[in-house]
Amino acid sequence: MAYAEAAPSTGKTILTDSDVHRVIDRIAHQILEKTRGAADTVLLGIPTRGVPLAHRIAERIHAFEGIRVPVGSLDVTLYRDDLRSQAPRPLGPTQLPPGGVDGKRVILVDDVLFRGRTVRAALDALRDLGRPASVQLAVLVDRGHRELPIRADYVGKNLPTAVAEQVRVLVTEVDGVDAVVISRPAPAGAAGGDRQRREAR
Amino acid sequence: MADVLITGVSVLGRPPTDLLLRDGIVAEVGTGLSAPGALVVPADGLVALPGLVDLHTHLREPGREDAETVETGSRAAALGGYTAVCAMANTEPVADTAGVVEQVWRLGREAGLVDVQPVGAVTVGLRGRQLAELAAMADSAAAVRIFSDDGNCVADPRLMRRALEYVKAFDGVVAQHAEEPRLTEGAQMHEGEVSARLGLAGWPAVAEEAIIARDALLAGHVGARLHICHVSTAGSVEQLRAAKARGVRVSAEVTPHHLLLTDELAATYDPVYKVNPPLRPERDVAALRQAVRDGVIDAVATDHAPHTVEDKECEWAAARPGMLGLQTALSVVLDVFGPDWNLIAERMSRTPARLAGLDDHGHDPAPGAPASLTLVDPAARVTVDPTQLASRSRNTPYAGMTLPGRVVATFLRGQPTVLDGKATR
Amino acid sequence: MTRHLLSAADLDAAEATALLDTAAELARLTAGREVKKLPTLRGRTVVNLFYEDSTRTRISFEAAAKRLSADVINFSARGSSVAKGEGLKDTALTLQAMGADAVVVRHSASGAAHRLAGWVDGSVINAGDGTHEHPTQALLDAYTMRARLGRIAGLKVAIVGDVLHSRVARSNVLLLHTLGAHVTLVAPPTLLPVGVDAWPATTSYDLDAVLPDCDVVMMLRVQRERMDDSFFPSTREYTRRYGLDTARARRLPEHAIVMHPGPMIRGMEIAPEVADSPRSTVTEQVANGVSVRMAVLYRLLGGA
Repeated sequence: MAYAEAAPSTGKTILTDSDVHRVIDRIAHQILEKTRGAADTVLLGIPTRGVPLAHRIAERIHAFEGIRVPVGSLDVTLYRDDLRSQAPRPLGPTQLPPGGVDGKRVILVDDVLFRGRTVRAALDALRDLGRPASVQLAVLVDRGHRELPIRADYVGKNLPTAVAEQVRVLVTEVDGVDAVVISRPAPAGAAGGDRQRREAR
Repeated sequence: MADVLITGVSVLGRPPTDLLLRDGIVAEVGTGLSAPGALVVPADGLVALPGLVDLHTHLREPGREDAETVETGSRAAALGGYTAVCAMANTEPVADTAGVVEQVWRLGREAGLVDVQPVGAVTVGLRGRQLAELAAMADSAAAVRIFSDDGNCVADPRLMRRALEYVKAFDGVVAQHAEEPRLTEGAQMHEGEVSARLGLAGWPAVAEEAIIARDALLAGHVGARLHICHVSTAGSVEQLRAAKARGVRVSAEVTPHHLLLTDELAATYDPVYKVNPPLRPERDVAALRQAVRDGVIDAVATDHAPHTVEDKECEWAAARPGMLGLQTALSVVLDVFGPDWNLIAERMSRTPARLAGLDDHGHDPAPGAPASLTLVDPAARVTVDPTQLASRSRNTPYAGMTLPGRVVATFLRGQPTVLDGKATR
Repeated sequence: MTRHLLSAADLDAAEATALLDTAAELARLTAGREVKKLPTLRGRTVVNLFYEDSTRTRISFEAAAKRLSADVINFSARGSSVAKGEGLKDTALTLQAMGADAVVVRHSASGAAHRLAGWVDGSVINAGDGTHEHPTQALLDAYTMRARLGRIAGLKVAIVGDVLHSRVARSNVLLLHTLGAHVTLVAPPTLLPVGVDAWPATTSYDLDAVLPDCDVVMMLRVQRERMDDSFFPSTREYTRRYGLDTARARRLPEHAIVMHPGPMIRGMEIAPEVADSPRSTVTEQVANGVSVRMAVLYRLLGGA
């Protein structure tokens, strides 16, 4: 259930499109290295942007070593613990790849790792879907300020930020361009969070 | 009784003058009057009207004193500018005997705020099967002249005929609540677009119009007077116009709420808007307004119907129908017709007094006339607050609305019942 | 969407479509797995306030709430004497004190859900008020149509039966119009309300003329008691003119589906063979009801 994003008002580009491509390449290499060839591995992207990122990582893995890693999506909306603070969100698709997740090494893929609540919700969601052998986490950007004991196994870029700042990952499949942008939101009445912006209700 | 000197008042909109009330009549009218020892009521900017007369009120006593008593209803009436009200018979027990009508009449005199003229039931227990002792009620101290089963329709045409004939003997009149009951079984609101949308059973206009047509023909046939309560549809107006043109001695009344509100209000499902006959669409409201202007409808009568909170604070189907009206009637009529004081006096005082046979009422303030009158501030605008009304009940459909006009003082045969906007007792 | 779901008219096309999409996703999510529970509404309380007997709808809402991990309290007011509805406001105050997050209410009086909404802080979901509306039924009907026929916009839907007394008909007319379908109401003149001309639907007294051109036929329940009120002379005559028997079912287009909100009176408005045929969506409607009601609960309670 993708929806169009407004272009960011003001922002500083931290990663350009070529930077993003290199980072994805590096993550793909790191996965291959750490997993010794990505056997019995499944990539699950967290909608919205984690999904195209997961597909790209799988494509790069295939380009480097000819290995096909199954890709799926895992929507965590129904498992979030912070639902009450915002208007109800539409649900994204949850699609397990053929072969499922039981006994597999599941690598969750997301665009930005911030407080950790999304990943926590993803772990809960994953638990109701099956029993992976292990779970790892790959993110394009880690911006710090964790509220839970969660860490990523594969990080594209470590980005120290202030809490009030917004970090946005743009991907061609959704936004028409690849970039990572950091911005300070307008002082009054700005919608919170560094995730997708929603229509006001 | 002390004299009352009203200074600087405009009688029915004419240039300001003074009125001296003495011994129950308007003793003098002129400018610069003086009366040592009199109660002086400064009335600059106020309009004097003959005391209003309500042909149709429910005072609920005996039996439903939790909703209203003769006293609280009288107070609401006086605050609304009324000096006489006709109290309908659907009390518990029903006012179908001399005993009950005399009781109501006595309670009215004790309250001393308005003249309470009891209406007698047409049939025993309002059940529509057997005539009540109409002559006994006419001969009683209450001197009943208007008879009505209001709440119910006298549906049996043969019985209605008998009633119309019988009351001729003592110059009585039958006031019909026009509603063919078999067409309105289970009905909740006007049958039309709104009822279809809301899923509420409909009360078709024809149920009212068919009875008016029938009874006008009957009254013509037996040479009797007929009065129609709370007319609510354009079709009814047409029936009345045709009957009058034929020479039938039929009179009709309309409520303030039917002149202002439409059936759209039912969409709130708030039973404060549930009433019998129901609120109708805009085109009926327009026809009723025109009928009041041209006299096809003779009088405005409130059908003041107090109901307790439990009877209104529930789902629509379970609620009792009825709205308060005494204290807001004049303001609503002012809102609809503007300061046409002669029209207001004619429809709310002179004609209803004549129809009810109340010779003491309905007289413009003039030398020699009974001093039953009311003083209104036409420039005032009042926001209706249900908790501030004198009625024991709260079911007014105008809550929160701002309406023109405020009754400042009311006098009943020279005795002040309302001064400075407050009841004197 | 406001705090409540009282009428199908509360939903515009975007909101209605979002609900159907959410229901579809929820159906997919709960289909594969053994544990059909999602933690989304944990700690929230949903009260089923059913003044009218309806096991089917109540269970559907209960299942929906429980699958989202909400706590469910069932209140059946049938036992208490609610002769003049004295229960409703007092019950509302009790629910308020209990802190019910949502109240699902079914009542025999039109407008009961509206009244309740004025007395409680939580969300009110109208599960059927008198002859007024039943919005979640319309949603699950639309969902079923979309699932079977792939779309709703442009569909030709015939709703047949006691329209006058049907809350299902009212909600469906509103929602189908919002979603771009064309509705024809088919009934004897006595069972069409005065004022139906203002509805966004056409009317017909002739079922046989309408059937060959339908994508969906929705049969409404017709109570035998209506005969006592002279709405029609006999059940035989009603069934002959407005019943969906096998002969009529054969005249439907190949792809057309037959729907019924239930409970059915087999042999009255619908022949048993038709009710059991592959065209009939009656059992799917029940299953879809749970997903749709989950979506409604999620929309109302799953956010600020």
